[in-house]
Amino acid sequence: MPQIAVLTKLTDLANPTRFLGLASRILPWMAGITAVLFAIGLYLSFAGEGDYQQGMTVRIMYVHVPAAWLSMMCYSVMAASAIGTLVWRHPLADVSHKAAAPLGAAFTLIALATGSLWGKPMWGTWWVWDARLTSVFVLFLMYLGLIALNRAMDDPGKAARVSSVLILVGFVNIPIIKFSVDWWNTLHQPASVIRMGGSTIDSTFLWPLLIMAIAFTMLFFTLHVAAMRNEIWRRRVSAQRRMAARMAGQTLEKGV
Amino acid sequence: MTHGFYIAMSYGIAALISLCLIVWVWLDGHARKRELAELEASGIRRRSAPKSEGEKA
Repeated sequence: MPQIAVLTKLTDLANPTRFLGLASRILPWMAGITAVLFAIGLYLSFAGEGDYQQGMTVRIMYVHVPAAWLSMMCYSVMAASAIGTLVWRHPLADVSHKAAAPLGAAFTLIALATGSLWGKPMWGTWWVWDARLTSVFVLFLMYLGLIALNRAMDDPGKAARVSSVLILVGFVNIPIIKFSVDWWNTLHQPASVIRMGGSTIDSTFLWPLLIMAIAFTMLFFTLHVAAMRNEIWRRRVSAQRRMAARMAGQTLEKGV
Repeated sequence: MTHGFYIAMSYGIAALISLCLIVWVWLDGHARKRELAELEASGIRRRSAPKSEGEKA
């Protein structure tokens, strides 16, 4: 019964204490691998030649494209966690989507800022309200809304359930972002890496892009595991403070 | 403005936001760890926390 063994392993990992143990073991390795990947990626990004049309400005793509991918991947991780909260009530699922929201907002901000900095010399404008740019901007606002919602509620369980519903409703925006360039006539170019028929990018530019994408993805997972660990500690601090307050109350009652 | 300016600004902004994120997560973890240590030192522990040698006896 290998499926049962895998399920048991996953259930074991859903235990916060086991997760903390695993996090302390893997985080130094994840941070090290991320640093090495960024060193290789940045070297390849600046060692390569410019594009025949874009010139050296093609280098902006090596940070813009990975950040844009991560903005969507982070939301997809949050949606999977939201299902975990609503369906299985996994103890780590709400910790996961709460910890991921600020990371997603940051990567979306990088994608918007670097896209704008690429757009000015290439398109002649900082911003246009086309389908791709607008839908990514909506994603950024959704991240900010989810962060605010999580911070507005004292009860983490209730905040997690309300956030999960909102995350799943907002997930409709992810395919809109992905296919906006195919469904509507946009200034933003269509998909050139992940597309039917293979990548249209020359390998000179594809390798630095892929290495930087893996580096950014590793950075996200490293920060996500660290932020989840922080959130578990935060909840333990609140629980222990509540317990201390109860104990103090009982001592006072006995004294009276 | 030259293309070099847009490239430098892009990498600068991406580095700044990433570094802010890393420092924020690190400082948050450091603060939570300190709070937990202070609570443990004052004798407030989780019920499920492993017992110390003195408590076992």
